[in-house]
Amino acid sequence: MALIDLNRREIHCKIVYYGPGRSGKTTNLFYIYNAVSEKYRGKLLTIETRGDRTLFFDLLPINLGQIHGLNIRIQLYTVPGQSHYRATRKLVLKGVDGIVFVADSLRKRREKNIESLLDLKNNLKEYNLTLEQLPLVFQYNKRDLITSAIPILTIEELENDLNRDLKAPYFEASATKGIGVFETLKEISKRTVKYVARKYIFKQESLRAEGGLL
Amino acid sequence: MVVTSQKAKQLQKVLDSHLLSVGVSLAILIDEAGNVIVASGNDNGVDTTSLAALAAANFGATAQIAKLIGEEDFSILYHKGKKDNIHFSKVGKDFILVTIFTDEIPLGLVRLRVNQVAQELLDLLAEN
Repeated sequence: MALIDLNRREIHCKIVYYGPGRSGKTTNLFYIYNAVSEKYRGKLLTIETRGDRTLFFDLLPINLGQIHGLNIRIQLYTVPGQSHYRATRKLVLKGVDGIVFVADSLRKRREKNIESLLDLKNNLKEYNLTLEQLPLVFQYNKRDLITSAIPILTIEELENDLNRDLKAPYFEASATKGIGVFETLKEISKRTVKYVARKYIFKQESLRAEGGLL
Repeated sequence: MVVTSQKAKQLQKVLDSHLLSVGVSLAILIDEAGNVIVASGNDNGVDTTSLAALAAANFGATAQIAKLIGEEDFSILYHKGKKDNIHFSKVGKDFILVTIFTDEIPLGLVRLRVNQVAQELLDLLAEN
């Protein structure tokens, strides 16, 4: 649930990085945190277990600047990817406005990607949301391994496994090197702000036009 | 949700007159997604964005504990520190009121006041 604060002239949106464990969700946030100047970001909050896996979530607030005199503030969350943290993932999805699905390009993680996307769909369903209605961007991570001897899924295979029906935009990435990280962020931010504006602001304006409460 | 200037001022006034007036150092009204709707008092450099996200998560986590013992959720959480204490209280279905106060303020008074303002805040929030 986005928050539009007309008093401070701010719009707050929540974007969640979803995906299987070890696919690089937290790495995305770390890269963004290190690359963005302090002026445009808040504190990075992480709750990790031993062995640097996310236990609950990571949170990074980002300031995207102004649109129509309103400051756009985006909160980037990650979820713990490991399958037994399902309840936690559901909690983090509460009030989500946009989703980045970070898929692992490693061939041996193919099933985990599919499983995680299904888990996402099921969790959203419990909040009466669907992937079709929410802003969504896929990120196919670890593409740099293509030159190594490790078996990697092709983009066609990833698209076919995950994005065949959704037809969401996708980006090839190597989060550790920062490749594709900002492209992903830019696209999801654009889509999320548009979605929030359409859902909340225009709705309020039509209310006002009808003599509503604003 | 949309918070207008007028609404923010009304909410703040409720927090000021019922909570800050009895010595609560900081009162923050947040939603369950972890957004700060309105804050009042002296934040003493507290990162309210992180606090709101963690408070919402804390509530979610304890709601799961509640379910394990057959409860729907826990409507009040309280953490006691050496000097400062923090009290979380559910306001309606979608909001949480976070209050921070020192040992000099009796917990009972905070609980009483939080209880009293909950309905008032809810009425204001429902007017949207």
